[in-house]
Amino acid sequence: MSSITLVEAVNLALARAMEEDPRVTVLGEDIGVDGGVFRATAGLLGRFGAERVVDTPLSEALIAGMAIGMAAEGLRPVAEIQFAGFAYVTLDQILNHAGRLRHRTQGRLCCPMVMRMPCGAGIRAPEHHSESPEAIFAHVPGIRLVYASSPRRAYGLLLASIADPDPVVFLEPSRLYRLFKEEVGDDGEPLPLDTAFVLREGTDLTLVTWGAMTHEALAAADDLAAEDVYAEVIDVATLKPLDLDTILASVAKTRRCVVLTEAPRSCSFASEVSANVSEQGLMSLLAPVERVTAWDTVTPMARLESRYMPDRRRIVAAAHKVMQYH
Amino acid sequence: MTVVARFEVRYTQYLDPQGQVVRTLPDFARDPRALVPDYRAMLLMRALDAKAIAMQRTGQMGTYASTLGKEAIDAGVGAVLARDDVVLPSYRESGILFLRGVSPHRVFLYWGGDERGNVFPESPRDFPFCVPIALQVPHAVGVAYAMKLRKEPRVALAVLGDGATSKGDFYEALNAAGVWKLPLVALVVNNQYAISVPRHRQSASETLAQKAIAAGIACEQLDGNDAIAVRDAVGRALERARSGGGPTLLEALTYRLSDHTTADDASRYRSAGELAEAWKREPIVRLRSWLAANGHWSKDDEEALHRECAKRVQAAVKAYLETPPPGPEQMFHFLYARLPHAFAWQRDEACAPERVPEPHVEHHAG
Repeated sequence: MSSITLVEAVNLALARAMEEDPRVTVLGEDIGVDGGVFRATAGLLGRFGAERVVDTPLSEALIAGMAIGMAAEGLRPVAEIQFAGFAYVTLDQILNHAGRLRHRTQGRLCCPMVMRMPCGAGIRAPEHHSESPEAIFAHVPGIRLVYASSPRRAYGLLLASIADPDPVVFLEPSRLYRLFKEEVGDDGEPLPLDTAFVLREGTDLTLVTWGAMTHEALAAADDLAAEDVYAEVIDVATLKPLDLDTILASVAKTRRCVVLTEAPRSCSFASEVSANVSEQGLMSLLAPVERVTAWDTVTPMARLESRYMPDRRRIVAAAHKVMQYH
Repeated sequence: MTVVARFEVRYTQYLDPQGQVVRTLPDFARDPRALVPDYRAMLLMRALDAKAIAMQRTGQMGTYASTLGKEAIDAGVGAVLARDDVVLPSYRESGILFLRGVSPHRVFLYWGGDERGNVFPESPRDFPFCVPIALQVPHAVGVAYAMKLRKEPRVALAVLGDGATSKGDFYEALNAAGVWKLPLVALVVNNQYAISVPRHRQSASETLAQKAIAAGIACEQLDGNDAIAVRDAVGRALERARSGGGPTLLEALTYRLSDHTTADDASRYRSAGELAEAWKREPIVRLRSWLAANGHWSKDDEEALHRECAKRVQAAVKAYLETPPPGPEQMFHFLYARLPHAFAWQRDEACAPERVPEPHVEHHAG
């Protein structure tokens, strides 16, 4: 057991999966000699060779399409898209093929692939490097969508994603890559891909979120506790399929719900969670479900990103709003 | 200035439109009897195609993309592929699939709106029809990569149209296949039209084959209406790929004698004269003329084959029409390896017996 960062946990899971299953092949831009721009694949080339650690041409649509072909032909590809902002061209392949190959062929061919990518704002990166595309991928039938938010969960969820028989889009918040360390045992234990995690128990309201916003949620919960308001914090972790049971059980207890995302508000995944809680949890609720989101603007460049992303102050304000209902 | 590179694109043709031999035949065609199975397959393709259109016109099948005019390509490809190779078709390659052993009624099922048309028990590694243009070419890169990684003597063959060569996916795939020297053959069926847009408005490139040159891979243009040229060129490309020589881009010249699909009317964008000219170059008469001139095909053979084709078409129609429609659970059953709990209620609701809606009663105040 050692204390490692989230990006080191990704690396650990990749190495473990490659060690245990010769079908696992990683591919992407600059992932070989360079070890990936965030070093998520550092050291893999030396251990597993260039045939299984594939530096691709600069070609995101190819990477996604190629991974589908590799998966259908029996490999277990784990593709890296360098930044989520460059993943939009992969949607054609993910939507038209990865998510429907099993259905289209009635189970004859399938697509056990993972497409992982760093995403989210907050690291003062250049333009197009701070996107939060989860709602776009969450809309795609036939895939799983997983969002890591700590080293331990990144390790277990990535192992599970690689072992899963269906395509998984795996989001990694670049802001958390090196923000903190956690004890991670390299035990090869996967985490479930249909289960939300309760990060902190509380009685007065439920903060539901995923990815880097889990940390804003925990910080806001600290602030609220100082006022004797106790927030339960849920990391959704797997956005598709959504573990609504855990969220509804929490809301049944706290009777108030605030959903947080750093993506733009309209048609965000926060809207999906909010709609479900409103539909199925109405009788528990004392207050309307609140959403705290980024603005419906383009992700701004570095100088304004702190004004774009929801911060603990806005989360606390939303909590105060739902606490007005008794 | 110095010339740093020179390129050439070769063209292969053995039979002219009249079925006359224009250059020394390749070894496999020295005995014309070797091409009789190709001819038989081509005629069956045409019979199935005519029936498919008739079924669409009479409301028994949905929109259908005709294969009229490309029979020599499908027959030639089907003849030279090895059992373990993988075909990645577009939506117009049903002829190749028949030669892979896929039952023709699958093709009717597919165009009849049933996913079971993409189940190929006879050729289980082949990819399903690919409707979004050129997306199958990157898949072929992945398939070929897997073959090469496992050191298997197999080849991935992607088939695409002339319009597909305008898409980035096509270029990205060829580029990567060149870098890794993959066992891949990309076959462009240049039928002169991408729906209504003619070949010369698709690209200013003199040939589509030369698009391989920028990717550093082999290329060749061939007469796609000449069954011998198809067999020869595709056979050599497969052999090159299988023996480690890397990928090839082939451009087979043909002409789409049909509308784009049954939903199209090609008379809106091309003349009757042009179509009549194209019929003079079609592949079936050409091969038959050559076989007959060499004494390997008679009027009796032709009549017997027509009777046999009619029987096979009838059997396929029967199998198609007798396939009961899928139940609504089919939408969910193969969505994931195991349907996640979160979606179970949707399946249950979709599969609930259909209820007659309550009559809608207007309530007026006062």
